[in-house]
Amino acid sequence: MTKTRTLLAALSVSLLASTSAFAGDVRIMWYSDGVEGDVIQDLLNRFMKDNPDIHVTLDNVAYKVIQEQLPIQLEAGQGPDIARVTNIKELAQHWLDLRPLVADPKYWDDNFGDTLDWMRPDGSKAITGFMTQLTLTGGFANKTLFEQAGVALPGEKATWDDWINAAAEVAKSQQLPAAFAIDRSGHRISGANVSYGANYIGPDGKPAKVDDGTKAFVGKLVDWTAKGLMLKDTWVSAAGSTYRAAADDFINAQLPFYYSGSWQVANLSTKIGDSFDWVATGSPCGTAGCSGVKGGAALVAIRYTKNPKDVAKVMDYLAREDIVKEFSERTLFLPAHKGVIAKGGLKWGSADKNVGPALDKFVKAAGETLPAADALPPWKWANAYFAALVTRVSQVMAGELTLDDAWGKIDQDIADKVAEAK
Amino acid sequence: MSAAATLKALTGAALAAPVVWLASIVNVPLKWWQRVTGTGGMAAFFLAPNMAIFGIFVVVPLVINFFYSATSGTAYFLQDRSYVGLEQYQRLLDCGSYLDTATCREDLFWKAVHNTGLFVVVQVALMTIVSMITALILNREMVGRSFWRAVFFFPVLLSPVVTGLIWRWILQRQGLLNLIVHDLGGEPYNWLTDRFWAFTAAVSVSVWAHMGFYTLILLAGLQAIPRDLYEAAEMDGTRPARVFWRITLPLLMPNLLVVIVLALIRAVQIFDEVYVLTGGGPGTSTLYLTQYIYEIGFASLLRNPGLASAASILMGLVLVVLTLLQLQVGRRGERKGARE
Repeated sequence: MTKTRTLLAALSVSLLASTSAFAGDVRIMWYSDGVEGDVIQDLLNRFMKDNPDIHVTLDNVAYKVIQEQLPIQLEAGQGPDIARVTNIKELAQHWLDLRPLVADPKYWDDNFGDTLDWMRPDGSKAITGFMTQLTLTGGFANKTLFEQAGVALPGEKATWDDWINAAAEVAKSQQLPAAFAIDRSGHRISGANVSYGANYIGPDGKPAKVDDGTKAFVGKLVDWTAKGLMLKDTWVSAAGSTYRAAADDFINAQLPFYYSGSWQVANLSTKIGDSFDWVATGSPCGTAGCSGVKGGAALVAIRYTKNPKDVAKVMDYLAREDIVKEFSERTLFLPAHKGVIAKGGLKWGSADKNVGPALDKFVKAAGETLPAADALPPWKWANAYFAALVTRVSQVMAGELTLDDAWGKIDQDIADKVAEAK
Repeated sequence: MSAAATLKALTGAALAAPVVWLASIVNVPLKWWQRVTGTGGMAAFFLAPNMAIFGIFVVVPLVINFFYSATSGTAYFLQDRSYVGLEQYQRLLDCGSYLDTATCREDLFWKAVHNTGLFVVVQVALMTIVSMITALILNREMVGRSFWRAVFFFPVLLSPVVTGLIWRWILQRQGLLNLIVHDLGGEPYNWLTDRFWAFTAAVSVSVWAHMGFYTLILLAGLQAIPRDLYEAAEMDGTRPARVFWRITLPLLMPNLLVVIVLALIRAVQIFDEVYVLTGGGPGTSTLYLTQYIYEIGFASLLRNPGLASAASILMGLVLVVLTLLQLQVGRRGERKGARE
């Protein structure tokens, strides 16, 4: 009997051990757009060398896993200890407050203060993580195609119409399938909407009804698609709010102009190589300004971790100024660390002559965003707005809805989402 | 007894010992159980593990799904969700006219219902006809018959995602088909952004991917038809078309009904290959019910688990009707077989 009890006890202990984290174990759920997975692994290897009592495991997963599976794990009180996420505000109740755990909270407030609100519940003063990269939506032009067509690149304050007209001329001359494309994402068109005067946020902080600014740009976008100027595939060939990038068409020199964002710089550099010259253009102007929308990916601590102190140590290390600087230089991501930005002199880790000017252009454009655009990253309902826009505008482009019907549907979709969240 | 035989017997006994020991332990409660419950109880005992697995992975999720469909909110835990009764169903069924999706509160749900209805009608009809023709051809004496049967069955072995990707690479703007069209001097076409061609592609790819399975069922039916009927018809000088309508089709009818019902069930559930191929587009023209449920429940930035559960319950009801139909067809076939 005693033997049996001993055996059962041993079995229980081993089962428990296999399902719970050992002290010193930190698991990071990470996705990559480019080389950042390799860079972070290298940085973590150095950390583990200096801190042999902490073992950090980097789980490289697809972005879809972060978007679809992580929220379910978090709802169940499970998940990794740290995660790299983009849906940072909506899931903020699952992030761990590192304020009592990090070595110097003031360092975090001073250097990441501008973006801390993006990743904590409204009204909270928690430190939940930091932005691994700051992104800004913006355009890219295939300089070689423009030169071959003998069309001048539109200048600094060129409007959306200027850019599309110029790109259309290039597309016609070079027999390309379309003049331009924008990624299939509500986030991507929101900078343009704001540039035409849109404001998604109502006086009560809740979503406002679709306004004239949004109607102005979306109307143009639908018109350009109907005329074949915008690449139809990207927006039309999917339903719902599915994300589709048009980067491959730009990389394959099928588009003179492509509107996406700063995170594409490394991707374009790697895949285009010296096939053609390209430039970052910033955001074309509308009637209210020339704004993109900021965003990015954050590294956040998860509140369900069994090892909060070790998690804080890892986060302290990764948020260090020299580490953030190195990470940004090697990944070609814009840093969100005030000290790094203020000191400048980032040595972008690329021999590609297109990369440095492109990143500098994005850094400059980051200072030109409009207040209505800056309000979006920390706004709880931004994703609801983005999703409704994509779903309904795609239907208009496919000929299933009229624009007038779409405005009503967008308002209804967003209202349903707000009601559902109560 | 020789030394080898002794060794063999000893080895056998040694290997059997743990089993015998285990059986002697299990035997005690089993005997008791049989004494108490009789033979019926023993059947229940042996069925229990299977039923437990079925219960955990099918019945329990189904019950949970019912509860979800009566709640609202974005939380995943039931205790964090608010009870709303039949509100989600009312929301789904709130329509000015069920034929005009624009008048429906959840227009995308009804769009998916309409699309699925059209897909089921066209795909099942096409699937049945193509599978029948293929089975008739493969039933004939021909060189390499086994090889051709394998060729037609091969797509069934592919993962639906692989199937969707292969056809996407063929049909996309810069795909293989447009390369051929271009090389032949034609104008490349954006097949997957055209509503008609996207629907045609969804139906065709789905038929291509699954017809091998149904062909096999029909082939088995064809081979069960007695040869002497055909020989008699041949001696009477009956035309081949008449042979098909008067002998082959009536005798193949039980298999054909099974094929139609199975294809119906499968078509209502269509998701993976079409999701990869068209993503539900262009617009929502290939958005089918399962994708709608997946999008609303998991993928969309506007996810709503309660509404997705209600939609899946409604879809489940349709599948229950179809399954009952299949059982009815199966039983009728069995009764007919018994009479013959």
